[in-house]
Amino acid sequence: MTPQLTEYTPLQRALLNNFQQGFPLSARPYAELAEKLGVSEQDVIDTLKGLQDSKTISRVGPVFRVGSIGVSTLAAIAVPPDRLEEVAAIVNEYEAVNHNYEREHAFNLWFVATATDEAELHDILQAIEQRTGLNVMVLPMLEDYHIDLGFELQWA
Amino acid sequence: MGITTEQAVIPLHRRVKLDAVDKAVIAAVQGGLPLCERPYAAIAQKLGLDEHTVITRLQRLQAQGAIKRFGVVVRHHELGYRANAMVVFDVADERVAQLGRCIGKFEFVTLCYRRPRVLPEWPYNLFCMIHGKDRQAVLTHVQELIERCGLQAVPHAVLFSKRRFKQRGAVYGNVHTRQASGEI
Repeated sequence: MTPQLTEYTPLQRALLNNFQQGFPLSARPYAELAEKLGVSEQDVIDTLKGLQDSKTISRVGPVFRVGSIGVSTLAAIAVPPDRLEEVAAIVNEYEAVNHNYEREHAFNLWFVATATDEAELHDILQAIEQRTGLNVMVLPMLEDYHIDLGFELQWA
Repeated sequence: MGITTEQAVIPLHRRVKLDAVDKAVIAAVQGGLPLCERPYAAIAQKLGLDEHTVITRLQRLQAQGAIKRFGVVVRHHELGYRANAMVVFDVADERVAQLGRCIGKFEFVTLCYRRPRVLPEWPYNLFCMIHGKDRQAVLTHVQELIERCGLQAVPHAVLFSKRRFKQRGAVYGNVHTRQASGEI
């Protein structure tokens, strides 16, 4: 069971909301957070470990900008409903695919593929087309309008 | 494919030139920093580098824009944000940047990209991702976007996610990286 947001302690809430960006790139980063929060370095480390163990956070670390290292694209397939699981499983087989969702639309399977270069990406998408016999719609990012400052959690 | 990837993959942000040390550092941090007193020293030790090198490489990747942000990456679903939708608009080309910047400012929007149309089957060129605690919350956010950015006359579609077949960090060849939960 995922706890309700209100069940998080003040320290957990502060760590979840206030440090989604600007994490210190210095020798003792958790000690810096601890000083800001008025707790011990060990409290910060233990609390983050707990949040990670409960899968509330996926990690503390960098989020890379799409297209800055390697290439990636969003892609979609209009899968006949009775083939959805089969096609999703084929798409999932590729290590290059990192997100794969069913969505409510005639284009009902949406995934992101990443590769070192365009040729490799092209080969992966083509292989998926050949194996599924379905057309893959390729929708790479052309421009990014979102400034990623993290996500403001609403506790109430 | 609707369009070839040669046409499709336009490098918008200058691709960052990475050397072997950068790649090793990226691979080592992509799963998250170790939760110990000196996490950069721990990474350095694993890679046979010194702590200072790891820190300065990460600082440089951030300054170059390859690292968009550095910090706690939360999992929306696990925090009770159970609904998410990709919301797409068919915006006149000359207005797409202005409207994209308007949409990209909202705190419930986690991504906002321009992407190509693939006609005739896909007329939409502006994409954003909206997370909410439930379906109704997402729809309320969509309505707010439409009103506050003046999108009343713009065709749009709301694609709620149903099953999550896979969600994890990106893998670029042998360089594994992580993007924010739900990021596409």
